[in-house]
This record gives sequence, structure tokens and C-alpha cells, in this order.
Amino acid sequence: MRRLHFRPCGNFKTSYREELTIFETDFGRLWTLVGIVLLMGVVPFVASPYMLYVLNNMAIAAIAAVGLNILIGFTGQISLGHGAFFGVGAYAAAILATKVGFPFWAAVLSAGVITALVGMIFGTPSARLKHLYLAIATLAGQLIIEYVLVHWESLTGGPSGIILPEPVLFGLNVSSDRAFAWVAFGCFIVMTWMASNLMRSRYGRAFVAIRDNDLAAEGMGIPLFRYKLLSFAISSFYAGFAGGLWAYYTVSITPEPFTIMLSIEYIAMIIIGGLGNIAGSVFGAVFIVGLNEILSQATEFVMNLGALAGIALTVAPLREFVFGLAIVLFLIFEPRGLAEVWRVVRSSFRLWPFAY
Amino acid sequence: MDFFLQVLVNGLSVGFLYALAALGFVMIFKSSSVLNFAHGELLAIGAFVFLVLSTWLKLPIVVCFVLTLAGCFALGFIIERFFLRPLIGEALIEVIMLTVGLAAMFRGLLLLIFGGNLHNYRPFLPEGLAIRIGSVYVAPVYVASFIIGILFLAVFGFFFKYSSWGIYMRSVADHQPAALSLGVNVRRVFALSWAIAAVVAAMSGVVLGIINGINVHQLSYIGLKVFPVVILGGLDSIGGAIIGGLIIGLLESFTGGYISTSLREVVSYVVLVLILLVKPYGLFGSVEIERV
Repeated sequence: MRRLHFRPCGNFKTSYREELTIFETDFGRLWTLVGIVLLMGVVPFVASPYMLYVLNNMAIAAIAAVGLNILIGFTGQISLGHGAFFGVGAYAAAILATKVGFPFWAAVLSAGVITALVGMIFGTPSARLKHLYLAIATLAGQLIIEYVLVHWESLTGGPSGIILPEPVLFGLNVSSDRAFAWVAFGCFIVMTWMASNLMRSRYGRAFVAIRDNDLAAEGMGIPLFRYKLLSFAISSFYAGFAGGLWAYYTVSITPEPFTIMLSIEYIAMIIIGGLGNIAGSVFGAVFIVGLNEILSQATEFVMNLGALAGIALTVAPLREFVFGLAIVLFLIFEPRGLAEVWRVVRSSFRLWPFAY
Repeated sequence: MDFFLQVLVNGLSVGFLYALAALGFVMIFKSSSVLNFAHGELLAIGAFVFLVLSTWLKLPIVVCFVLTLAGCFALGFIIERFFLRPLIGEALIEVIMLTVGLAAMFRGLLLLIFGGNLHNYRPFLPEGLAIRIGSVYVAPVYVASFIIGILFLAVFGFFFKYSSWGIYMRSVADHQPAALSLGVNVRRVFALSWAIAAVVAAMSGVVLGIINGINVHQLSYIGLKVFPVVILGGLDSIGGAIIGGLIIGLLESFTGGYISTSLREVVSYVVLVLILLVKPYGLFGSVEIERV
């Protein structure tokens, strides 16, 4: 049996292999396993339906946020169209399920693939464009997709939307909050696991090289365009997959939620969570979805107070304001996001009572 | 023929408004290479300040104009000082994200205060400004916006070309470290460019407000329309912004008039993607060449 890995008191790595491990210590691995067991085995039985609803939304948002982080945080390509890609996934799943009769798993997976193709179309400008130009190109993509979702009525049902059949997996109906929790958590764990492994592979390192300096990356023999496009495809696959899950979970979808506001929400998630950090995108998703729920609960509470009934406080603008504020404050005060906060907190516990 | 002329004139007048809106945007980009996603919100803020002063407080129009411009000048300074300055020297991606955040913040704030309804100014432009040629009618507000646009264009053209601050701004845009080492006060240049951009934005916001009424969603949507305009014209070209605005305006107006009304909203973005693929630096933009 090999010796347990503990955190060393310095950097004693002797091979690249050690640098690339996901878990630096055996405790990290243990805690992750404990977390997975709790999430899959305990939470669905203990949590109330409302809590499960929130957690499911967090898991779905986390999948999409991980995808966006691969694109923005790791490859350095700004996308303002992630919300629309999420919508493409939701619609692809809905159309495949209702018009073609795909089963749940196939519809969600092919939603991911279709969205990856759409993402690659809007990623092609990245062949010649960088940062700001690409941000504009994806913004145009967002607005074009929004338009298509509303106006291609024969396919998308226009503003009235599509109603999905109940999700059935291995012969079991998983439409209830609790049953769906296993699906959502399972997908979340698998997708996050895939992403963190992808990021330490040859491809992930190529993405990071492109982000840090694209000219140098090209000089080292990384075909820029192919890798940028691949990054777009992977990121959109995540968005589409999450969108498909979301469509099944929400049952009825309309073009309304997939606006630029949703894209901004996803950007807020990865900035707040931490750019270029897989765990960070999960933190960000939890933070934003949680904040969303807290805000709508709070406004509902205020609306129901008799004395304040005259004030028509609507949640949408408040949400927009708070998200914008959160993006701005995090960028100014903690650009590396919650992941960095978490690391600092952890290491201060570990190092206590000595400073280093 | 009459229909054609009317569509043409409509397109030109709408295009001129886009051009006006794009001016402030180009301003910020030219001096600090920041892509301002909060531009539509700056337009909206200007329009609403003017609304509060003119319609709610009922101040004389000239006073309203002066106060709005002064207020937005200050606002530009404040935005730069509190939000942009901490990020000087950070990666461009973060600055762009910051403006996205600012946009959401301002839009939320405006919606909280004014709601999503349509507001209107009381009419104050003299009807004598209107132009009528045969069956074609140009409303006074378009004439006014044309005059304002030409005025701003001339002023800023000269400003960038001849004044020392204009030259500082161009130097900072061209190469920030070089400008710093030559003693240009980069911080003040940034602050000034944001202040001026906020003023131009407020101006165009007011003009747009007179024409369409003031609505937060609509104005922030115009802020997004600015992108096809500046990409077509070239991101750092003021003349390009004008030409780009006119072309986009005509394009929208003809699409709306001859093909389909609903396609009108999206045609400029389709063109935007095509331009980005074919000629990313636009008609008049300076081409960035990267050398290792």
C-alpha cells in the first residue's frame, strides 16, 4: 500500500505528473468522495421539495457555467452568447422529444451535440478575431439566436413555446423533484469530472496556452483556430446539455428566459466563482442561483408586508442590479473569485497558528 | 417612388441617430481601447436626467441641457474613478466584463427608479425646423439631431486632431506604456474620455428620447445597435461611425420596408457577423498588425 499523501510544507514536486494531479492530498480525495455520497445518498431524502428544486437548478447552472469557464476562463475567448446556446440546447431537446420522439437521454445528449455545432458556427469568427471583436460576434450570435427562437414558429412554436413529455430514464419516470435530483446531480458530477480531467490533458493545456499568449502558443505548434473552435464546441456542448436538462425539468419552455440577461448571469457566475477554475464555476453557480432565490423570496416577503404594498417592487430589475453590482465588486476586489476566497480560508485554517 | 423616398429618408434619419449614439462609444474606444457595453445605459441615464429636469422639475430647456451635460460629465468621471481605475493594467477581458456588469447594474437601477414604461418629454422643438420636400416629411427632431450631430462631429474632429488633450488621448490609445513614459497623464486621459463619452451619450439619449419616447429597454437596446455601426465603420474612426450609422440605418429601413418588418431588428447583426468574418477592422478602422 502506498503512503498517504499529505500537504507538504513546501513545493517538493519532482515530476509534471505530480503537478497535474487533481487531488494534491488524499484528504482532498476523501472529502470529495464524502461530498458525492452526501449529495447522491443523503440530500435527495432529507431536503424539502423546494430545496431540491433550488439544488437541481444549481446543478444545471453549474454544468453550463463549467462550460462557459472552459471557454472564457481557460481559453480566454469571451462569449456573450452562452444564454442563447443554453436556449438552443433547451429547444433542441424539446423539438427532438416532441417531434422526433427521442427518449430523454438521447434528446439531452443530442441537444448538447447540436448546440456544439451551433456554437462552432458562431465560433468561426474567432479564426481572425480576438477579445473585443469576438465578444461582439458572440453578442450578435445571442441576438440572432433570440430572434430565430421567437420567429421560426413552425419549429419552435414562437412565443407560446413547447411543452415537453415527462423524462423517463431506464423505464423510470424521473419528473419529480427528488427523482430528477439524482439525474441532475449525476450529470453534474460526471460533467465536472470530465471537465477537470480535460483541463489537465493535452487539450486543456493548449487552451491555457492560447489564453496566456496566442502568438506564443502558435509558435509552439498549437493550431490556434482548431483549438479555439474546439473550445467553443466543448463549451456549447455543456451549455446545450444543461439546456436540455433544464427544458425537461421546467416542462414548458418559451424563448423568454434565453435573453442576453441569461448570458450576463452566466458571466457573473464564472467571474464570481473564479475564472479558469472548475470548482470556481460551481461556487459561482451556487452563489448566483442562491442569490436569485433569496432575492425573489425577499421581494415576495416585502410585497406581502401590508405597509409596503404600495411599492411595486419587481424582482427582475433588482436581480439585474444586484448581479451587475456583484460582477463589478468581484472584478475590482477579488478578480480571482470565490475559489480564491475558499483557498485563502482553507490555507489559513491549515497554517494556523503560524503565518506560513 | 414616394415610398422609396420616404424609406430612404427614414433610413438616413435613423442612421444618423445610430451614428450619434456610436460617437461616444468610439470616443471611449479611441482613447482607452475599452469596449463599452454600458453605452446604451449611458444613453438612458442622460435621457432620464433630462426627463427629470425638464418634465418633472419644469426647468427651462436651456438650463436642462446644460445641467444634463454637466451631470453626465461628472458621472463619466465618477464611473472612471470608482470602477475603471482599479482595473488599469488588468487584462482587457476583465475590463470588458466590468462594463457588462456596469450595464446590468445601471439598467437595473433605472428600471427600479423609473419602471419599464414609456415616458415622454413635453414638446419643445419649434415646428419651423421641419423640412418638407414634396411628399417627403422630415420631422423637426431629425433636423435638430442632424444639426447636433454635425456640431459634435466637427468639435470632436478638431479636438482629436489639434488640441493637446486630443493628442494625448490618441497617444494613450495607440500605446499606453509609451504614452506613460512620455509623461502623458494616462489616468486623467481616461477620466476625461469617459466624461466626454458620457456627455455625448447623454446628448444622443436626449435626442432619441424626443423621437421615440424614453424607455429603459429601448435605449439599452440602441446601445447594442451601436456595435454593428462601429464594426462597419471601424472601431476607432469617428467618420466611420457616421458612415456606418447611415449604412446600418438605411439597411434596416429598406429591410423593414421591402422585405419584412420583423427582420428589421436582426438584419444589422447578421451583417455584423459577416463583416467580422470578411473585414474585421471595418471600412475606416486602423488595422492592428501583431508582430512577435
